[in-house]
Amino acid sequence: MNSIIPEIGRPFARPDAKDKVTGKEKFAIDFYGENLLWAGVKRAGIAHGRIRKIDLDAAAKLSGVIKILTGADVPGPNRQGIVHKDQPVLVADKVRYSGDAVALVIAQDKETLKKALHLIQVDYDLLPAVFDVDDALAPDAPLVHEDHPGGNVLLKATIQAGQGEAALSTCDVVLEETFEVPMQAHAFLETENGVAYQEPGGRVTLIVSTQAPFRDRWEVSFALGLEMDQVRVVSPYLGGAFGGKDGATVQCLLALAAIHAGGRPVKMVWDREEHFAAGYKRHAARLHYRLGAKSDGTLEALHCRLHYNTGAYAHLGGEVMALGMEHAGGPYRIPHALIEGFCVYTNTPIAGAMRGFGVVQVSFAFEGMMDRLAERLGMDPLVLRQKNVIRRGDRHLSGVTMTQSTGITDCLATIQAHPLWQSRKRWKREAGPFKKRGVGVAAVWNAMGYGRGLPDSAIAKIELTPAGKILIYNGVVDMGQGNTTAFVQIAGQVLGQEEETIDLVQPDTDRTLPSGSSSASRTTYTFGNALIKACEELRRKILGRAAIMLLADTLDHLELLPGRVRDLQSGRELALSTIASMMPAEDRICTSQFLMSVARDRIDTGLEFRIGFPHLIFSYAAHLAAIEVDELTGAIDVTSYAAATEAGHILNPQTFEQQMQGAIAQGIGYALYEEVVTDQGLLRTPDFTTYHIPGAKDLPDIDSQAVTSWEPSGPFGMKGAGEVGVNGPLPAIAAALADACGIRATRSPLTPERVLSALDGFKTNPHGGRS
Amino acid sequence: MNLRFSLNGNLVSLDVPADRRAVDVLREDLGLTGTKEGCGAGECGACSILVDGEQKLSCLMLAIQLDGREVVTIEGLGQANQRHPLQDAFIRQGAVQCGFCTPGMIVAAEALLRRIPSPTRADIREGLSGNLCRCTGYQKIVDAVEAVAKMREGDP
Repeated sequence: MNSIIPEIGRPFARPDAKDKVTGKEKFAIDFYGENLLWAGVKRAGIAHGRIRKIDLDAAAKLSGVIKILTGADVPGPNRQGIVHKDQPVLVADKVRYSGDAVALVIAQDKETLKKALHLIQVDYDLLPAVFDVDDALAPDAPLVHEDHPGGNVLLKATIQAGQGEAALSTCDVVLEETFEVPMQAHAFLETENGVAYQEPGGRVTLIVSTQAPFRDRWEVSFALGLEMDQVRVVSPYLGGAFGGKDGATVQCLLALAAIHAGGRPVKMVWDREEHFAAGYKRHAARLHYRLGAKSDGTLEALHCRLHYNTGAYAHLGGEVMALGMEHAGGPYRIPHALIEGFCVYTNTPIAGAMRGFGVVQVSFAFEGMMDRLAERLGMDPLVLRQKNVIRRGDRHLSGVTMTQSTGITDCLATIQAHPLWQSRKRWKREAGPFKKRGVGVAAVWNAMGYGRGLPDSAIAKIELTPAGKILIYNGVVDMGQGNTTAFVQIAGQVLGQEEETIDLVQPDTDRTLPSGSSSASRTTYTFGNALIKACEELRRKILGRAAIMLLADTLDHLELLPGRVRDLQSGRELALSTIASMMPAEDRICTSQFLMSVARDRIDTGLEFRIGFPHLIFSYAAHLAAIEVDELTGAIDVTSYAAATEAGHILNPQTFEQQMQGAIAQGIGYALYEEVVTDQGLLRTPDFTTYHIPGAKDLPDIDSQAVTSWEPSGPFGMKGAGEVGVNGPLPAIAAALADACGIRATRSPLTPERVLSALDGFKTNPHGGRS
Repeated sequence: MNLRFSLNGNLVSLDVPADRRAVDVLREDLGLTGTKEGCGAGECGACSILVDGEQKLSCLMLAIQLDGREVVTIEGLGQANQRHPLQDAFIRQGAVQCGFCTPGMIVAAEALLRRIPSPTRADIREGLSGNLCRCTGYQKIVDAVEAVAKMREGDP
């Protein structure tokens, strides 16, 4: 493969793939270190209870056990959490869910560690527990956090627009429905892990699979009472994350272990079961909707009551719900609305960030309501959506004026013209015996960036090395989404250099600059904008130096070419290495900060949200699912899938397609079978046999199209595209199921059992079909 | 126990405990971290290696079961200076995202193409169905394997 100048807008194979295909790339899990120790956690295994006694004797006597630590051994406040510091590193008094960490063992090897964890005995005084939102909100319910002023309600909030709920009374049609969605697991292939060591001066370095190295530094130093500069976090490429590595997983535990390891490196790897038990989850939710419209299909009023089950600790629960509430009305114009949200603690696994952050849940509900409305009014569901979608210039029910690219209309037009949609009637008629076919559409959106109240900032740093090469100091983690590929393209585009001469430093709190977390579809947008400015500055510096060396009176005739600067008038050239050798280090390095714009409207609703509300920039998509339902088994086969997405200008069609196909795959899993099951707070889906994620045979080829667009505030016109794709599959497949067999699903996933029992019900009562 | 086997074309000999897993010997004792572990239970395929030319799951094998066998890991299939055609195709077709499943996936694809040199897309999906990927939705992985099969057909 010859080296090329990576340019914007063209398919460009990701540079990191080269070391990933040969097995050379080192993920956090591939770091071991000399004289390595292993650390692991004793999990509570009960939903709610007070620790009466921890018996460490048998484990401590085991040869090869270096140290066993409990809550009493944690220096500092022993509290972690991104917004609310409510989660202990090691439980000192009360267990709040079965995955809580009650002891930390450091051992000579993995086998000893496993035996020691098994030998630790914990006695509990069991407490009554709450598992779902009804339990938790009941009067006199046991409290998950006795010291939380809101009881079991982590956050209660409202968004109101126009006349609010009252406007429903004047609508021609009002529909009402309640939807329920389960917990979903991220199920990335590289489980939560890291390795840590303490330097002789006391500083702790962590090499960890994390989405937020700079925030981790603060989390670890706060929880363990260390100075912030005593913690260094290095984040190599991640083996997947999807939100599940945003926040402390192994970090505080590992740093604590390192402090007790006498300078030896300590490694912690959660196994697959531990990932399911103690990793963060997508929130289970119950979504009550009332939607009112005029008889011509114009949306008038919406009332939602949303309950998000956030599990035992806050993590980002309130912020997840806030984003769900902001998106609860879909990408539509609705003048009157009341959205009420309740984010509730329970004694179940911790729910937090996951791709589609609170929006996946409401997408099922608002699109479900649109389909019901289309059916009630006898309208084409696609036409009903076209009639109501939000356009640039409209004011959204959150109070934000849509001033940025707003391309949902184009997405729907693309799907309307799609052969699958055009030929759907014939395709449905051709179903074989005992098969029913259906086609459904969904219109979805997803905000980009942190939102108002939490500055969304990145600081890019770029260096011309003494050898004349380009080095990008990347501050935002690449968890597989391909942001680093975009960064190489940006540097290539602005500096005109070839791929082989552009290299990257991955996030490291010592070497790169704080650029926020890898989340919120923000990485390429925010860091990319900063990087453009840094590259332009470096370009000016290089040309300025070259002008002096070439005795040029003006920069106008100088051009930066691969590896050199050329005076286009005289034809004289200087190698970049020559120019670099004349520049001191501080002159070869440029940094630049970018701060994302926020909505300028005065907003007088959603005042309960401390951070992250409202948002200004959104990506949009229309999805189309064609399914075949087996009437004998209830199984749904997604036979074709198409998506039209508006995410601004596409910097790299290949990575864009990767994001869409991958997000849709996760969305199809969520729609059809993914469900974290707990029973009395205890995990019943600990492995890939009980928690099924899509395999190669379970998915169709996905036709992903990008609609032409430009986001003026984005780097080269782009905006974030990482999340919007996951929001479409469940509503599109649910719509297809209704189209195939008349079943209007209210509960996901749409398992064969649910479909079959709904089909049985439908045969006896065709107007009451539910699943 | 003494273990001797051919690893990526070189004979290796080492002492291993009888209960040590193949994946641990490869990753921890021999430093070949290209072979990944995603589940430890034979469900995800990330630890796939070729044993006498067939795809095996190194998390379910004891190291001693490799004795006398010919073992190829992702590192043995191709390196930066001489990549395997599947490795090139995975890069070119965009079949790599986070890349954690990639080594196992390429090993599975190689085993598949040895069994079925001209697979259909359905054959490829079947052949890779023991390897989980959470990032890609598999489409570009299928594209990459198909491209290599077609290239080989045109190049007898």
